[in-house]
Amino acid sequence: MRDVHYVVDGRAIFSGLNIRARRGRITAVMGPSGTGKTTLLRLITAQVAASSGTVSVLGKDLGQADKDEIYGLRKRMGMLFQNGALLTDLSVFENVAFPVRENTDLPEPLLRRLVLSKLQSVGLRGAAQLMPTELSGGMARRVALARAIVMDPEILIYDEPFVGLDPISMGVILRLIKQMNVALGITSVVVSHDVQELATIADDSYLLSGGKVVANGSPQELAASNLEVVHQFMSGEDDGPVAFHYPAPDYFEQLLTGEEP
Amino acid sequence: MSNGRDENFIIGGIRRMGASFLFLFKLLGQCAPAFGRPSLIIAQIYNAGGRSLIIIMLCGLFVGMVLGLQGFQLLQRFGSEEALGSAAALGLLKELGPVVTALLFAGRAGTALTSEIGLMRATDQLTAMEIMSVDPLRYVAAPRFLGGVIAMPLLTAIFNLVGLFGAQLIGVELMHVDQGAFWSQLQAAVDLRSVNEGFVKSVVFGITCSLIAVHEGYNSAPTAAGVGLATTRTVVASSVMTLLLDYVITAFFL
Repeated sequence: MRDVHYVVDGRAIFSGLNIRARRGRITAVMGPSGTGKTTLLRLITAQVAASSGTVSVLGKDLGQADKDEIYGLRKRMGMLFQNGALLTDLSVFENVAFPVRENTDLPEPLLRRLVLSKLQSVGLRGAAQLMPTELSGGMARRVALARAIVMDPEILIYDEPFVGLDPISMGVILRLIKQMNVALGITSVVVSHDVQELATIADDSYLLSGGKVVANGSPQELAASNLEVVHQFMSGEDDGPVAFHYPAPDYFEQLLTGEEP
Repeated sequence: MSNGRDENFIIGGIRRMGASFLFLFKLLGQCAPAFGRPSLIIAQIYNAGGRSLIIIMLCGLFVGMVLGLQGFQLLQRFGSEEALGSAAALGLLKELGPVVTALLFAGRAGTALTSEIGLMRATDQLTAMEIMSVDPLRYVAAPRFLGGVIAMPLLTAIFNLVGLFGAQLIGVELMHVDQGAFWSQLQAAVDLRSVNEGFVKSVVFGITCSLIAVHEGYNSAPTAAGVGLATTRTVVASSVMTLLLDYVITAFFL
């Protein structure tokens, strides 16, 4: 992504964003809540177009691509949603089979083997016939991961993969992300604010704040940074450049004058 | 007197109607590919039609029975209670069948469609499909739309049939109108034009109600309140449009 600006309703979400996710590596994008991390993923997957600047995926400039080219590119990408986004009317097996069924003419026996092998890799082959409502949060995310890799993508995008998971599930997801990257050579982009978890798997990290990249480098470099905002984020201090208080009128004045909140 | 709120209501309504039409064109473009997957459409015909059967039949029976009672009371005054068959049949075929079926469809199947699609939007399922290179218009919206359009005339036919049975039950069995006269008058009065009028209405209502339901769900705000609001809008807009179009089509067939 080069010099990307993105404006919604006159409010700039990104102003001059530069991020490069290198082939075959895990790139972490971190930042406080509300910095547009999810918007970043929407830009990469061409759900929204940048107001200016270029977003290139697999060598293709998304600004120049038509709908067919975008759909073609998306077949080479996988995305893990924060809540899994499993199709609730299909079983676990059918959910994983869904992108293959819709995009290829793979014969049924081959499809079955493919889906079972992907489910095996996330440890849920035994859950193939369950419905998404019968899964725990961690299991749902693993099924979603199996679905994201079933088309053997070149890029895997993770949206907040650790949110709301217990330590065991978190460990499983962490191991799987690393495994997908090492074993399959998938380029991974992980958007998250879980600093400690990301530090163990990321090759490169970017820290976003105020619509820009404020720091980048390996997780160790970021941890050692003496930039105030980086320090606040990495060590989780409640006040600093990212203020604890949302902008408001003077506290005492508001209490005394009885002004409408 | 007009104020900002009224203007917003009117302009918002017009804007939504325009958006619905644009959505219809996009949807129609995806209908041909959707026919390539008949299993999806059949599942939706079952969803919209099959699951509405009981309520449609129950209401049809009562509407027919009321027609029988009211019609008998009225016709008896003129000593022409034998005309009950034709009165009930024409009333059901031309008006009550298509209209009441559409209103029930909006309340039963339309709301289900809107909330289902709205929740799919709210839980990122539609976005996930897009990311998997599957157009949700083709996979989700088009089969549901087509299912509704096909189900409506079938439901209307069943409503009419059960309604006639109800009218017959009251007229012939309870009020002792002559059975031969009841059916022969009915046969003489109902011509192809009346049947066509009812059929055209049911198809138009099917398109309208399904379009509104799918459109509202597809474009609902991805929140609990948003899906609730979209569902309410489906019922209100479908009911109003059904009655409005009913008048237009009736005038056209006169």
